[in-house]
Amino acid sequence: MNEAARRLLSGHAFLAGFPPEAVELVADQAELVSFRPGALLFREGSPADVAYLVTTGHVAIEIHAPSRGPLVIETIGAGHVVGLSWAAPPFRYQFDARAIDHVEAVAVDTAPLRVALAENPVLGFLFLDRLTAVMLERLQATRIRLLDLYGATDAR
Amino acid sequence: MLAETVSHVDPSGSLVPAPYVVVGRREEAADVVTLSLEPVEGPSPTFRHGQFNMVTSFGRGEIAVSMSSAPGAPGPMEHSIRRVGAVSAGLCAAPVGSLVGIRGPFGSSWGIDEVEDGADVVVMAGGIGLAPLRGAVRDLVARQQCGRGRVFVLAGSRSPDQILFHEELQAWERAGVHVGVSVDVGAPGWVGVVGVVTALLPGAPFEASGALALLCGPEIMMRFGGRALVDRGVDPGRVRVSLERNMQCGIGLCGHCQLGPLLVCRDGPVVRYGGLADELFMERNR
Amino acid sequence: MCAAPAGPRRSLGSVRPGDDAVIDVGGLDRLIVLLGERGYRTIGPVARDGAIVHGDVGGAGDLPAGWHDLQAPGRYRLEQEGDAELFGWAVGPASWKSEFFKPEETVFRAAVTDGAVSIALPAPPERPLAIVGARPCELAALDVLDRVLAGGEVPDDRYTARRAGSLVIAVECGKPSSTCFCTSMGTGPDAGPGYDLALTELLTGMHRFYVQVGTEAGAELLEGVGWAPAIEEDRSARQDVVDGARAGMGRSLQTDGLAALLARNLEHPRWDEVAERCLSCGNCTLVCPTCFCSDVKDLSEVDGTIERRRTWASCFDIDHSYLHGGAVRPTTSSRYRQWLTHKLSTWWDQFDTSGCVG
Repeated sequence: MNEAARRLLSGHAFLAGFPPEAVELVADQAELVSFRPGALLFREGSPADVAYLVTTGHVAIEIHAPSRGPLVIETIGAGHVVGLSWAAPPFRYQFDARAIDHVEAVAVDTAPLRVALAENPVLGFLFLDRLTAVMLERLQATRIRLLDLYGATDAR
Repeated sequence: MLAETVSHVDPSGSLVPAPYVVVGRREEAADVVTLSLEPVEGPSPTFRHGQFNMVTSFGRGEIAVSMSSAPGAPGPMEHSIRRVGAVSAGLCAAPVGSLVGIRGPFGSSWGIDEVEDGADVVVMAGGIGLAPLRGAVRDLVARQQCGRGRVFVLAGSRSPDQILFHEELQAWERAGVHVGVSVDVGAPGWVGVVGVVTALLPGAPFEASGALALLCGPEIMMRFGGRALVDRGVDPGRVRVSLERNMQCGIGLCGHCQLGPLLVCRDGPVVRYGGLADELFMERNR
Repeated sequence: MCAAPAGPRRSLGSVRPGDDAVIDVGGLDRLIVLLGERGYRTIGPVARDGAIVHGDVGGAGDLPAGWHDLQAPGRYRLEQEGDAELFGWAVGPASWKSEFFKPEETVFRAAVTDGAVSIALPAPPERPLAIVGARPCELAALDVLDRVLAGGEVPDDRYTARRAGSLVIAVECGKPSSTCFCTSMGTGPDAGPGYDLALTELLTGMHRFYVQVGTEAGAELLEGVGWAPAIEEDRSARQDVVDGARAGMGRSLQTDGLAALLARNLEHPRWDEVAERCLSCGNCTLVCPTCFCSDVKDLSEVDGTIERRRTWASCFDIDHSYLHGGAVRPTTSSRYRQWLTHKLSTWWDQFDTSGCVG
């Protein structure tokens, strides 16, 4: 097990309140990574097999459109997780993720993690619960942003 | 310096357009105008579904516009043009009786004439992307009514006031065609689907195996749509998209429309998704 | 070695395509004069503004005798060394593409009045073109342009009109520059197809030119000039020139698998590394003899007449790929990548040949 990863994970907000064996399960599949500003963490369409628990810096979730360049959809900072598409089929990243500044993260190999969680339903539920909370929060925020509340209101 | 004066020119590699007269115009939603055009001289041109003309607004310039009518259909050729710049604004303002220039037809076709009897055809359009598909859908609706195979029309727009050809979509639905319409953002009075256009797929009961899928719209929409169709089981080689790049000559000579190995005006705009567009879509800034 | 006879020879013993012959400097002068007499606009290499460029030539006296160049990355120097050698220099900044594919030309002029549009085409070129001094790499470049501009489903009418009826007098290279690599691209230093006559300047012994006859038109022209039969000494002197050029090539490019290599390295950091120092000025695309991009724009005059004009364009221009409010290739890196991958990789997909002639 990666001791350095375990220590970082036990203090990471995504795993806050998790029992030690849950943290160890994750640490077993984890390694420390860093990205220089502008580096790509993952690319749209590629297999989603890594979850990044960010400990330093900010990551832009973005999508590329020709002649409009990369459009930043959301930014994710320390204490949060980048990459959720590993949680459900088709297990493919739907967007690009790029380091905005110097980024350090714990990279978790999600395929073996999913296997381990399937074998341990109690821990599996904990993860699902936490993941659902993250997704719900992001979905609700995205919905509010869709309303374009700050845009000019229709004269009519 | 100037030699012969010509009043009608055979469009070819000369970059000289043939004059066409606007015989009808219709204001559509979303800054779109449909022009009905007939040649000043000679018969109406033949073309294939999905092709485009280089359309000249005399004095302003020339842009690539797909035909929005069906080839061989009675009546004049139609172009639905979105007002986004000087040339398109000139075309959108062209009154009945005025002249525009036409060079074409150019480019590859949706290829619906070759689709096998019995195969389902799924048409997914985003925004103005419904215009280059409209002629094909009209013929596919006729095909369904002859019992030769079903067509499923899925059209996404930004908001209800941006939905193109709304009455025609309703007419197709009344004719028994599966029509799904979605908007990204709703508006008061809209009781239809609010969501991304790919969300219309689960509700469309087409048989994925053997299906042909045609996509046209913003590149992001075609990227996500293509993947969703393949995930549903459609053969990636039978998914077709319509690519777009800067076009100036339309005949493979000026180099502007290059996208990797393709000259979009000549090798496209319709290309297959599987093994070609899916890879090209993933290349940034290409 | 006797001087070439002044008048045309009789049909018995005439040259045919595939034959060789010899002419002296006087013969070359008569050749250029004859071209003018036959109504050709004859363009050849001239020394001007410190470079070998293209200009109208009326005789051998207009050619850059004694001029020699020194070329290196970012460097071009032309020096007069007082000798009689006419072609002792490598290809300079000018290319023959500007004669057949004009940097700027009118496609048509039009006027819209009372519900009718009248379109007037520019007059075709008055005189056919004869180019003297095309290097083997330039012959290859013309062949590439023929494929691009004339070989597609819709050929460029203006280009084909200029190419038709043109004559090409090639001159093989004896002194490649430090930046030349035609041997890597299979385009030289011996002349490939595309010439009516190909000359090789021979300086060992009498100053003369070994001549290869490429076409009937070339044969007929040579008959009009007069020629002497080539002997073994001429042929081996010519071979020495070409072999010397091959051995003195300044650079080489590994072309095996190059197209595929570039295609699978679109994200390689090397693109950014070069882009760091690239000004994106596009001069390379002006000088390159195979670059063919153009803008097609309509201009309107105050009196209501319209001109459709076609001008050279460059993929290094940020607006080249403009679409929906922005450039598809907004970075120098992406534009440099486009240019190089097109030249050495996707040109094969589009035109079944390399875009580079070395």
